[in-house]
Amino acid sequence: MKSITELEELRKKALEKMGVRANTDGYRIVVGMATCGIAAGARPVMNSFMEELQKREIKNASVTMTGCVGVCRLEPIVEVIDPSGNKTTYVKMTSEKAVRIVAEHIVNGRVCLDYTIGYEDKK
Amino acid sequence: MQIYRAHVLVCGGTGCVASSSEKLMSEFDTHLNNNNLASEVKIVKTGCFGLCARGPVVVVYPEGCMYTMVNVEDVKEIVEEHLLKGRIVTRLLETGQNSEGIETSLDGVEFFKKQLRIALRNCGVINPELIEEYIAFDGYKALAKVLTEMTPGEVVDTIKKSGLRGRGGGGFPSGLKWEFTAKAQDDQKYVCCNADEGDPGAFMDRSVLEGDPHSVIEAMAIAGYAVGANQGYIYIRAEYPIAVKRLNIAIEQAKQYGLLGNNIFGTNFSFDLEIRLGAGAFVCGEETALMTSIEGKRGEPRPRPPFPAIKGLWNKPTLLNNVETYANIPPIINKGAEWFASIGTEKSKGTKVFAVGGNINNTGLVEVPMGTTLREVVYEIGGGIPNGKTFKAAQTGGPSGGCIPASHLDVPIDYDSLIQLGSMMGSGGLIVMDEDTCMVDIAKFFLEFTVDESCGKCPPCRIGTKRMLEILERITDGKGTEGDITKLEILAKNIKAAALCGLGQTAPNPILSTLHYFKDEYLAHVNDRKCPAGVCKSMMQYVISAEKCKSCGLCVKACPVGCISGEKKVPYVIDNDKCVKCGACMEKCPFKAIFKNA
Ligand SMILES: Cc1cc2nc3c(=O)[nH]c(=O)nc-3n(C[C@H](O)[C@H](O)[C@H](O)COP(=O)(O)O)c2cc1C
Ligand code: SF4
Ligand code: SF4
Ligand code: SF4
Ligand code: FES
Ligand code: FES
Repeated sequence: MKSITELEELRKKALEKMGVRANTDGYRIVVGMATCGIAAGARPVMNSFMEELQKREIKNASVTMTGCVGVCRLEPIVEVIDPSGNKTTYVKMTSEKAVRIVAEHIVNGRVCLDYTIGYEDKK
Repeated sequence: MQIYRAHVLVCGGTGCVASSSEKLMSEFDTHLNNNNLASEVKIVKTGCFGLCARGPVVVVYPEGCMYTMVNVEDVKEIVEEHLLKGRIVTRLLETGQNSEGIETSLDGVEFFKKQLRIALRNCGVINPELIEEYIAFDGYKALAKVLTEMTPGEVVDTIKKSGLRGRGGGGFPSGLKWEFTAKAQDDQKYVCCNADEGDPGAFMDRSVLEGDPHSVIEAMAIAGYAVGANQGYIYIRAEYPIAVKRLNIAIEQAKQYGLLGNNIFGTNFSFDLEIRLGAGAFVCGEETALMTSIEGKRGEPRPRPPFPAIKGLWNKPTLLNNVETYANIPPIINKGAEWFASIGTEKSKGTKVFAVGGNINNTGLVEVPMGTTLREVVYEIGGGIPNGKTFKAAQTGGPSGGCIPASHLDVPIDYDSLIQLGSMMGSGGLIVMDEDTCMVDIAKFFLEFTVDESCGKCPPCRIGTKRMLEILERITDGKGTEGDITKLEILAKNIKAAALCGLGQTAPNPILSTLHYFKDEYLAHVNDRKCPAGVCKSMMQYVISAEKCKSCGLCVKACPVGCISGEKKVPYVIDNDKCVKCGACMEKCPFKAIFKNA
């Protein structure tokens, strides 16, 4: 890194790639992979997402990981960020739930309400 | 295995079965047969889709179409239109979402509303293994700014003005520490990060390192520039393998981008970083012990002064800060000292991360502005106490801290208020305890930890804490005397005054604070041989209520030592001499006839 301009260019490029801005057209599936997430089984969940996307040849979605979200009791936690930046937080994830989320949320754009944090909290 | 070209998922959950999904299945069978599709389309009965209100629910793959409120009459159309001709029956499609007013994102739930994330700003947001994502969220901007626009003195001033205090426990003003190290004259200086995190129940630092390692790396480089150091060390326990791995990846990536190494941002500032693994001894979190350990020696504390800022690693001036302290640095540089100082209370600025655990609904990591009350953390963020129990106390500061009783639930959480209550901020463990907690037992738990972890170098700590533990054991065994309580108090005060390092100096705190707020519990143990919370086994018995017992005999099967006897129509009894107090019988009794008698 030789200059601030270089950093700024890199920042813009990275931001675009992350699809956090409204004008990109992909889904971002973010799996919490801190110690408690992994202990709760985040790894197979992440794998299921990747397999399912591959199997269905879905191109407009990416799977990535992140650190502790803070609500360790609801791990594994997965956030799905849609192309317009709306965030859905899925909790107590399993491989089976991952498969359904790909089918319903990523393919059909319908939030799986019963897996969301709000639904869990209401129980 | 037969390959089907489509799957029809019919919900077989209770809700949908009630609304006749069984009939739908047979109707599908019929129509698939009529259209010769039986071998191509598979019908699958699934569990609840969660849309019971709009059931029966049918989902057709590979399209993943979800049809709701499907009637028997609709099946023919689905089969002939969708399955035969591939045309989706749009009139049955489920489109409306969130009709139940359910929060779908974390951002909207109560848990986050009172939180303010500065140290945790990127945790749960970016991929910690991709430096680009950190950069996308303004990463390394602060480093660029200090190197190209600020003098080291200005950086130190900014930290001073921000009011940031150390998050590792003591709460020493960080700017002052930076200034002392900057002013020390030497050819070589070091910057260190304390990622030892030895407090039981705490995992704030681990979470920062796992979720956002670059924020610490960037901050250490900034600190290096400010104090005149070109080498940094992160001391982390080997029990944190994921954090270590991500730190290694992060350091590697930072080097590749030239954000660590020589002539960063084209300036003449160079900075390098290495990881040192600790074996996870609590005392190694103490600053002088930590540095001795980095030097490759046995991690034992030494007297201070000289402070690390004057004589630290290899006797060179060394700046040591905690992980969370560092994580606050880049936002302070980017947003300014005034911004940071505007958050929190008069003498405690910014936010604090807590690992909230124990008897509370929402266990987890929370970051709140200083001055947030304990009540807000426990009830609004933490969701209160489970099972309808009442709040008894919160333990903060781990083995160096103390308990805050219910009468002080409205205390604003900051360094000085907690000290006033006889507890302390510590590194941020916050254990919530309900009415079923025995405070003498809690004090014993922390003392056991201290006795195990004392390095043994100085007698007050090595011998004194052991004596205190013995007294606590006597009391919880129902063999204590009132003289024991006086002895505890005298020992506690003397150890505080005489121990060499912070471990011994703070070890009596859990005892002193429980004695202060819950002396009646100690007295009940000693005078009445009773444990009011029903925890201390020696003073508690399981008894069967003769009125409630229905002589079903289930408890006999549960008891591992066979000390329950009885016969039909006569209430059962427990032989308390043989009972090992496992509680299995109480759990099993269907009539709630078994009680703990404290
Ligand atoms: C027994 C003992 C254990 C400690 N453990 C830790 C620890 O795990 N992490 C930490 O940051 N500080 C710990 N400290 C405090 C450090 O000695 C030191 O004050 C702190 O790391 C300085 O950083 P700060 O000013 O940013 O808080 C411990 C202190 C004592 C006496
Ligand atoms: S107070 Fe305890 S831990 Fe500290 S030096 Fe003395 S014996 Fe070791
Ligand atoms: S299980 Fe309960 S009701 Fe049955 S015999 Fe034992 S105490 Fe009595
Ligand atoms: S507490 Fe355990 S040992 Fe005692 S009577 Fe019940 S089951 Fe038997
Ligand atoms: S580590 Fe997953 S929410 Fe805390
Ligand atoms: S039972 Fe069918 S959606 Fe719930």
